[in-house]
Amino acid sequence: MSKQEQHWEKSRGLLFMTLAIWFVFSIGIFLFGAEMNEVTGPFGYPLTYWFTCQGSLGAFVILIFWFANRQEKIDEEFGFSERGDD
Amino acid sequence: MIKGNFIDNLPKVYGIYTGGFLAFIIIMSIAEQMGMTAKTIGICFVAFTVAIYAIIGYLSRTAQADAYYVAGRQVPTVFNGMATAADWMSGASFVAMAGGIYFKGYGYMALLVGWTGGYVLVASLLAPYLRKFGCYTVPDFIGTRYGGNLSRFMAVVVLTVASFTYVTAQINATGTIASVALDIPFQYAVYVGLVSILLCSMLGGMRGVTWTQVAQYIVLIIAYLLPVFWISNKMGAGFFPHFMLADEVSRIAELEAQFGFVKNSAENLKEVPKGLAGITKAHSAVNATPWAFISLALAMMMGTASLPHVMMRYFTTPSVKAARKSVGWSLFFIFLLYSSAPMLATLSKLSLIDPTLPTGIIGKSISEVQAIDWYQNWNQANLMFVSDFNGNGTLELNEFFMGGKAVVLATPEIAGLPYVISGLVAAGGMAAAMSTADGLILAIANAISHDVYYKIIDPKAETAKRLVVARVLLVVIGFAGATIAALEIQGILGSVIWAFDFAMSGLFFPLVLGVWWKRANKEGAVAGMFLGLVSGAAYLVWVRTGGSGFLGITQLTFGIFGSAVSLVAMVVVSLMTSAPNAATQKMVDEVRIPSGKSILGKQH
Repeated sequence: MSKQEQHWEKSRGLLFMTLAIWFVFSIGIFLFGAEMNEVTGPFGYPLTYWFTCQGSLGAFVILIFWFANRQEKIDEEFGFSERGDD
Repeated sequence: MIKGNFIDNLPKVYGIYTGGFLAFIIIMSIAEQMGMTAKTIGICFVAFTVAIYAIIGYLSRTAQADAYYVAGRQVPTVFNGMATAADWMSGASFVAMAGGIYFKGYGYMALLVGWTGGYVLVASLLAPYLRKFGCYTVPDFIGTRYGGNLSRFMAVVVLTVASFTYVTAQINATGTIASVALDIPFQYAVYVGLVSILLCSMLGGMRGVTWTQVAQYIVLIIAYLLPVFWISNKMGAGFFPHFMLADEVSRIAELEAQFGFVKNSAENLKEVPKGLAGITKAHSAVNATPWAFISLALAMMMGTASLPHVMMRYFTTPSVKAARKSVGWSLFFIFLLYSSAPMLATLSKLSLIDPTLPTGIIGKSISEVQAIDWYQNWNQANLMFVSDFNGNGTLELNEFFMGGKAVVLATPEIAGLPYVISGLVAAGGMAAAMSTADGLILAIANAISHDVYYKIIDPKAETAKRLVVARVLLVVIGFAGATIAALEIQGILGSVIWAFDFAMSGLFFPLVLGVWWKRANKEGAVAGMFLGLVSGAAYLVWVRTGGSGFLGITQLTFGIFGSAVSLVAMVVVSLMTSAPNAATQKMVDEVRIPSGKSILGKQH
């Protein structure tokens, strides 16, 4: 398998992992919205309510930065990262 | 000031700008103390900020194609994040979102999840790859990846339908704010808004829009957060509302249980002015089925990843790496406003309905409420209404009606904040609507000038001529949008959501599969775009004309149907026709790695 194919395989693996986490916070938890809202969440808000106000939104921000860092590492590992810019 | 050292000096330039804006707010509040009228303050805020944007737009003028189309690809990550956030957060986000949460609670909050979650798709599926491609516009990618004028043209059609639906709402919003702040009729205010928008974008194209959007983000985020924190502190709800409103949220639930949601008779509701609503849904309880919530969130997420005015912002970063990080920063800056909207809705609702608070009006006598100054102001503005349906002389929860915009616009006044805050909020709303309108008009004009005129009609045109065409189109599209906005056909929020559905119906799968599925070919992409858009639009018309719909897909989520058709059409047609040639396959391989040359040259 060529270097490029390996790189793409790893990138695709990262994509699936990212999408799985994305799925949990955007869709998965809202399948059980009513049940979860009975639980008290962070800062004392009802749990599902908290996810819609802050939790899921914050998770997405962190997820994107995590994804960007992981992808950069993969690019570096195979020598495909760009040179000469920030 | 511009170019080279301008980029290095960005933090300083915008630091001074932010300081200057804060100083302006302080000067205005002193002027208010000294007796400046509310109207003058409003005019000062809107005129001052719009003048600054116009100056930035003028300083960013350019005669180069890559500066005009992609801001010279040198916008640093964090600043591109701010610009995208301003591009993204429309007049609807700014003025109507807190109101939507206030009235509809959980069911509406699917939009918050959708409008943020979509960025994960942007970052992981599309933005870095399209940046590597080196395209100027989204149809540029479709046209080069799949080949042929037909695919390029189809992409322009989808882009135009989606963006134009969106832009009329934004011009409408600038008109509404300009007409209130400057006290002129709406029909003229729309064109005042349009001229302000064109001042930012006409001379500098993407470069002008980028630097004005950063400036607009700073204004709109200050204008949103300052009142939220101030109100929260004034009510004694907590100095950092985001972490401290749990008691207020449970107090609202308690009051809801105490008052109950009494249903009004149709006859009584006839009295209520159009566009106003009462509180009929629980604030923090789950009031929608899982599918209703998830389908709306999903439609907004896929729509986010297909809207060209957002995608093209990531063409302006210096590198693929920077494009990825920039998506994260964009969402961070969006998060600052979105996470504050529910807090504002909570504060606004509690201050109105809690009888133990001095601002609470429920339980007071009707005549007492009708005598309150702010009630009279907002009643006159057609955003508030009370009526004694049951004739007991006291105001009940079901007898109080408000417009969605009032949550953002009126809460500062109700909480007793000085008028300078209302002026600030007007400037913020104007900034939000202008920045989105700019991005959208530019997306349409660039697609038509670059993809239709230059790539299809006259590939030999010189740069100067191309840029003249681009600017003429900008003005024409702006005027067309303003003319339709002046007709006031539909509400701000409805058309915004439709834009997402149109975009995802036609563009989501052709874009994603263009990167992630090598086998996707021209015939498949054309079929995907065409059938996706047509079936989505047909579903919308069917539901709007009394059709029952299926699978719980409503007129707000018709993109789910459209994009499903698009996916099936694209896969089936691609597999039935021949695989893309070796050159195209190699191009896709190249796109998948960040290093090396971009597919399209620097100037193309």
